[in-house]
Amino acid sequence: MRWMLLKDLQILRRSKLLVGLLIVYPVAIALLIGFALSSGPDKPRLAYFDQIPAGETTIKLGGDELDVRAYTDGLFDAVDRIDVDSRAQALEAVRSGEALAGLIIPPDFVRKLSNGGLSSAEVEVVYNGDALKQSFVRSTVTSNLARADAALARQISTVASGYIDIVGEGGKINVLGLQFDLLGLRESKTLLDSAIEQSDSPSLTRKLVPVRDFAALGVSNIDRFKDVLNTVERPVRVSETVLEGRRTPLDTFAVALAVTVSLMFVCVLLASGLLALEREENTFSRLARGLVPGGRLLAGKVVLAAGCAFVVTLVMLLGISAFVPLDYGRAALWIVALAVSAVAFGTLGVAIGSLAREVRAASLLALMLALPLAFLALVPSGGVSPLLYDVIRVISAAFPFKPSLDAIDAAVNDASPNLALSLAHLAALTVVFGAAARFGLRRFA
Amino acid sequence: MPVDAVTTAPALTVQGVSKRFGELQAVRDVSFEVAAGELLAVIGPNGAGKTTLLSILAGILPADGGSVAQPEGTTERIGWVPQQTAIYGKLTVAQNLRLFAKLEGVADPDATVARMLDQTGLAERAGDELGKLSGGNRQRVNIAVGLLADPPVLLLDEPSGALDPRQRERLWGFITALTERGTAVIFCTHDIAEAERHGQRILVLADGELLFNGTAAELKAASQAGERDLEQAFVSFLRDRGH
Repeated sequence: MRWMLLKDLQILRRSKLLVGLLIVYPVAIALLIGFALSSGPDKPRLAYFDQIPAGETTIKLGGDELDVRAYTDGLFDAVDRIDVDSRAQALEAVRSGEALAGLIIPPDFVRKLSNGGLSSAEVEVVYNGDALKQSFVRSTVTSNLARADAALARQISTVASGYIDIVGEGGKINVLGLQFDLLGLRESKTLLDSAIEQSDSPSLTRKLVPVRDFAALGVSNIDRFKDVLNTVERPVRVSETVLEGRRTPLDTFAVALAVTVSLMFVCVLLASGLLALEREENTFSRLARGLVPGGRLLAGKVVLAAGCAFVVTLVMLLGISAFVPLDYGRAALWIVALAVSAVAFGTLGVAIGSLAREVRAASLLALMLALPLAFLALVPSGGVSPLLYDVIRVISAAFPFKPSLDAIDAAVNDASPNLALSLAHLAALTVVFGAAARFGLRRFA
Repeated sequence: MPVDAVTTAPALTVQGVSKRFGELQAVRDVSFEVAAGELLAVIGPNGAGKTTLLSILAGILPADGGSVAQPEGTTERIGWVPQQTAIYGKLTVAQNLRLFAKLEGVADPDATVARMLDQTGLAERAGDELGKLSGGNRQRVNIAVGLLADPPVLLLDEPSGALDPRQRERLWGFITALTERGTAVIFCTHDIAEAERHGQRILVLADGELLFNGTAAELKAASQAGERDLEQAFVSFLRDRGH
């Protein structure tokens, strides 16, 4: 095996373009994936035309004033705002691509907000671009509208809650600019109790008792009215529970993903190519005469491919750690996870290589298999139907990508499932693909 | 056709060898012997089973039945030169020879490589990558690799197919020198003239069956048409037997 390894290294040394591509391509892919996953989406650019007349940005609720600017500004938390001076300019900005969407606030926005619900206030959103961009902008605008609505509802709820307090306890109320003293239900009940006690007229007492009971009912339930308001303001609260192990932050998960993708590409392409090369050069027939037993030939290819991929991905992991903080105390686990994953991918590579007679065919086959496996392993459980998800899980479990991703994620991020389980899974797959490669070598010799 | 007895001790004895690929019976019950220093030609139409037979003798393919035996006490492997060059295009001539010398387990790989470079006349090209050599030179290296372990039996599958007449002449001079040193050589070819010129004995295979085992003169005599040209005699011989 030593001489075959040396020979393969000599061949690789003379195949600088191939080696360069094998290293640069997966690393570039991995960095792209990592960058895409760890950085949030850019803010979409929105053309903004505000037609609310200056000085008319507040709505009055009783004696309180709410500034609508607080509401409209909330719409721009997640967008990049371009102020324009007319609806036509807003449309042109969207049409020309300067902005992905236009947001137009009509002049009657404040009036409709303060008209007591006779008609809803509206904003106009103009979209352009392809379906993907529209979908992104629409969801961004919709979610920001929902947040701004909630903020406005909270302010209205606070004001309404104050009114309820005045109705219950009494106090001053402002109606159309005039101040009134409101007696309040509690004081009304006290006065009615006193009047009923002092009344000599049974018919008057009979009339006052239901009014007193009504006041008593109001006083005792005043807090429930506020609860109802709170519920309307925020009907659903979110309580988070993680069922399995530790959550991995997205940026460190992206590191594990990038490393696993690189490991897979280098290992599978190199191992399959090196084995297919023996067929392409017709040397397999010489070796098969007993010069190099089949198992040793396969082991040599796996060791070389796994060794190269291990070095590439370990260096990559160390390089990434300069940008994303990783726990060096777990470095020994990184090495174990990378090594076992590399051997599993290498074995898959020789199984693919055993089916091909040319390096190009082996590389194509390896790519055609590796890419879908990577995508399938990232499909979330709720993203597809339960039946399809079960099928995807079975397929993902039958190849090394998913268990490798789990193992590297566990080693780097202490994520679940635990490392030992993933390593055992990879060991089983190594045995299976090793047997498949032996069979392929005999069957297609 | 009974197997002719060879006058000297056989370097290789093939007894009842058969091979089937699914429905196709590629080699059926083939038996023959080859003596040390003998040059044996295997001829037959396309698909006759020549390459399959040589692959079985070389140990590349397992036979379904029968046996391939070397004299007791022989430890050297049978040498094998496949039809297509089976060497690494990215390695140099010397690196290829050294690699296979080590894999063959020869006692002194460097000395063996130097000897083979000298014998094949490729010493000056020792540092050249195989992929940059001409087809003829690649074939010389291909043959040299088969001879590294100094095998008692050498199998050559269409050895001169890629060579020009001058290179072919040189190749046969080389092979003849090997037989003079006692190496038994079995080669298969489509070129009947080459078989007649170089083969001391000829085996005729058709549809995996060994139809003839004898000299060129005997093959001519066996043709019912009494052809004087071996190629015509060969065609008549096959036609007479329904092939």
